[in-house]
Amino acid sequence: MGKIKPRAYYRETLNGGFIATKINYMLGWGRKYSLFHYPFITACCGMEYMSAACAHWDFDRFGVGMTTFSPRQADMLFVVGTISQKEAPVLKTVYEQMCEPNWVIACGACAVSGGIYDNYAVVQGIDKIIPVDVFIPGCPPRPETILNAIEKLQDKIQHQKQDWKWKIKK
Amino acid sequence: MENKKVIDALTKAFPGKVTEVPDRLGDTIVRIEKDDLLIIMDFLKNRPCEFTMLLDLTCVDYLSSKGCFEMVYHLFSISSNKRIRIKSEVRKNELDIDSLSDLWKNANWLEREVFDMFGINFKGHPDMRRLFMYEGFEGYPLCKDYPLRKRQPKIPLRKITK
Repeated sequence: MGKIKPRAYYRETLNGGFIATKINYMLGWGRKYSLFHYPFITACCGMEYMSAACAHWDFDRFGVGMTTFSPRQADMLFVVGTISQKEAPVLKTVYEQMCEPNWVIACGACAVSGGIYDNYAVVQGIDKIIPVDVFIPGCPPRPETILNAIEKLQDKIQHQKQDWKWKIKK
Repeated sequence: MENKKVIDALTKAFPGKVTEVPDRLGDTIVRIEKDDLLIIMDFLKNRPCEFTMLLDLTCVDYLSSKGCFEMVYHLFSISSNKRIRIKSEVRKNELDIDSLSDLWKNANWLEREVFDMFGINFKGHPDMRRLFMYEGFEGYPLCKDYPLRKRQPKIPLRKITK
């Protein structure tokens, strides 16, 4: 047996059936099209979320089809609606239960900034509690805006530095 | 029973204790002293008036103008399809009034809400705790003297860095 030459090996045995890519790019591609999301819906923006998720706008087309009702299985937290001070610890617990890597979308004026509820009871934007990747303005936002936000998040996931288990730690 | 008859029956049963405020927009408003609240409510709930339903119970802050809170009770009679509104003043120096939770079960939570938002104590209430706000919340947020921008977060907030 002679020494196996890699190029010849690929050419002869695999017959060109392979692609060459960067693992970072591959992981990003895989992650951005398989976003399991956990809807944390507290208010009227939920209606817009529902229409964006169901047949009319259907964000399953972008790979966000899988709705999980356990944060442990979710990649993306969809915070839709007003978060009151009393609910803030619940949201924080839900966020902390999610496995890495995870992303958060704040949907609607209330989740982004407290909206019209500038008072004693409402958290003035959920970024005061958990880190947020994409903010969706609007009261409520149009479903198209939600789709646009998902595209933005996918773009972010594709180009971010992926965290992977077997990465060589320096 | 017509509302006029109700007023007549009330003034007959409690002479001098009931002040009728003229009808406004079809609502009959009766003003009473807070010490007479329980007996008058008991009278209204039973025959012949039969206001068997406590629709709502709330409070208004008139501290700056009149120096008092005003309790407002909305009653509804299912048998005659009539409504009546009872008002009673609660002075600032004695913030308590009798609880109606023995007469109507739903008064329990409504009174807890008023306690939560205005700090009025209900004598004889079985469970006088806050209803909406969390433990550790200081002050009564619907009082006019509660600072508009005062925030009392339940958990520490993040410091947002750019």
